Amino acid sequence: MPITESDIEKIAALAQLELTDDERRALTPQMASIVAYVEQLNELDTSAAEPALGGLTDEGARTDAAREDAPLPSLGQKLALDQAPDPAAGHFRVPKVL
Amino acid sequence: MNIETTRTRLAGGELDARAVVERALTAAEELNETLGAFLQIDRAGALARAGELDAGRQHDESQSHALDAVPVAVKDNICVRGLQASCGSRILGGYHPPYSATVIERLRDAGAIIVGKTNCDEFAMGSSNENSAYHPVRNPWDTARVPGGSSGGSAAAVAARIVPVALGSDTGGSVRQPASLCGIVGVKPTYGRVSRYGLVAFGSSLDQIGIFATNTADAALTLSVIAGRDPRDATTADMPVPDYVAELTGDMRGARIGVPRELFGAGLDADVRASVEAAIETYRALGAEVVDVELPHAKYAIAVYYIIATAEASSNLARYDGVRYGLRAEESHTLREMYRRTREEGFGAEVKRRIMLGTYVLSSGYYDAYYLKAQKVRTLLKQDFARAFERCDAIITPTSPTTAFLLGEKTDDPLAMYLNDIYTVTANLAGIPGLSIPCGLSQAKLPIGMQLLGPHWSEPTLFRFAHAYEQAQPFDARPPVSAEGQ
Repeated sequence: MPITESDIEKIAALAQLELTDDERRALTPQMASIVAYVEQLNELDTSAAEPALGGLTDEGARTDAAREDAPLPSLGQKLALDQAPDPAAGHFRVPKVL
Repeated sequence: MNIETTRTRLAGGELDARAVVERALTAAEELNETLGAFLQIDRAGALARAGELDAGRQHDESQSHALDAVPVAVKDNICVRGLQASCGSRILGGYHPPYSATVIERLRDAGAIIVGKTNCDEFAMGSSNENSAYHPVRNPWDTARVPGGSSGGSAAAVAARIVPVALGSDTGGSVRQPASLCGIVGVKPTYGRVSRYGLVAFGSSLDQIGIFATNTADAALTLSVIAGRDPRDATTADMPVPDYVAELTGDMRGARIGVPRELFGAGLDADVRASVEAAIETYRALGAEVVDVELPHAKYAIAVYYIIATAEASSNLARYDGVRYGLRAEESHTLREMYRRTREEGFGAEVKRRIMLGTYVLSSGYYDAYYLKAQKVRTLLKQDFARAFERCDAIITPTSPTTAFLLGEKTDDPLAMYLNDIYTVTANLAGIPGLSIPCGLSQAKLPIGMQLLGPHWSEPTLFRFAHAYEQAQPFDARPPVSAEGQ
């Protein structure tokens, strides 16, 4: 299916990206050619194949990944806020939501 | 100086840790203008650690000492507490993670010394290192050419003999391809072999931390140190870690090497083909049986990969929003505006392209057609490998269809750049290990790499085969830009 500039606009909004006009114009044919390329998968009959979701190895799938349910130290408030662009009163301050 | 030489000279009292590290730091600093391999060089930290080692090395019995005083460079998407982790991106410019990756702790416990953070394609997305937001990396064999990517800085640092070992990450070939283009050994272990705690996520069902070294023994020793189950990474498998170095017997008798002939066709450079064919003959001469195998779905691997990798990336990179760390765009009036402007300013073109693609293939109405379809073809590819490994112990292919290309040569055509990954993405999709080893020089004096692929957990076999080849056909050539002899 052809990808239009308005599709690109919609996808950018979903991806929380604010593209410039130049970026939108450049991306439209690039995305279209990449999507056309990946659509070659449609020539394969996959009706009998299970999707490869979950573990890639049998041994990985068998590993009990749950750790013991015991409290461990966490980063702590000071370290967690250490690199925040705008920390305030023990919180991450952000612009207004509405 | 490789690891063995370093250890010998250290044990003989010829050098101390401080001298070893000083040499690596000086080389890193002096060659960085030419190569651009490092984004940060930790002179003070590395020398302090070397001083500690020199003071305590003789009487500390609690540690393995396997990598005592070995200088290691680390890709800038692996967290080292106290150092930056920009991932080659503006959005994480100046970010200093509050903890170290498990692989870093294991390296340090074995005596290794981190000398710096290496340049890479932004968030490990690229095959040429030209997507770094900071500066490109240049190939030590020809500085007009790319080192490959995305772990280009780590590859260049090892190829130029600044450090004997470096870490990278391999999501679709980002360790093996630059190793090939720079004439060194590169290993991508089995999915779940090495902890990814502290590796910045790109494609979580594909990512694996990998190793660069100048020879197989150093790569094998380093993997012995960093591999194994980690409770902090639920995808690590509870599998014993073999002594990989003990596998380097040189014995190829009874070994079966599979050749997927359909991958030696169109698009493969003539010099690369000739070198890999010659390597196959070397294996035959060493006593291996060479068998033809088929991977009928390998030609779909790039299409599968660029759906799954971008889908996972679009999800993983949603966390960069300007709230908790990293860049925040100034003067935004609403939260949503702040998110969008931060991401617009912080991400480069390739990262945006992949986030857009990934968002598209996961969006409502398209999920089944793209993502689910790709995951089904991924199963078919895994089945191809399972069938092929019934007939052979390892598969041999070129690592990259060409030798190192010129900077700027492929930047205008993203799809052409993606096709570069044809030989490497299959291992990540199937979760199997892969190793690239130098197998000659092209007529233009550029290194050529061959790739060995094996079943899950077959690293011992891959190391044994690579080492046997290395003994039979030593790769003695050195790049024009090198710290060796300094």
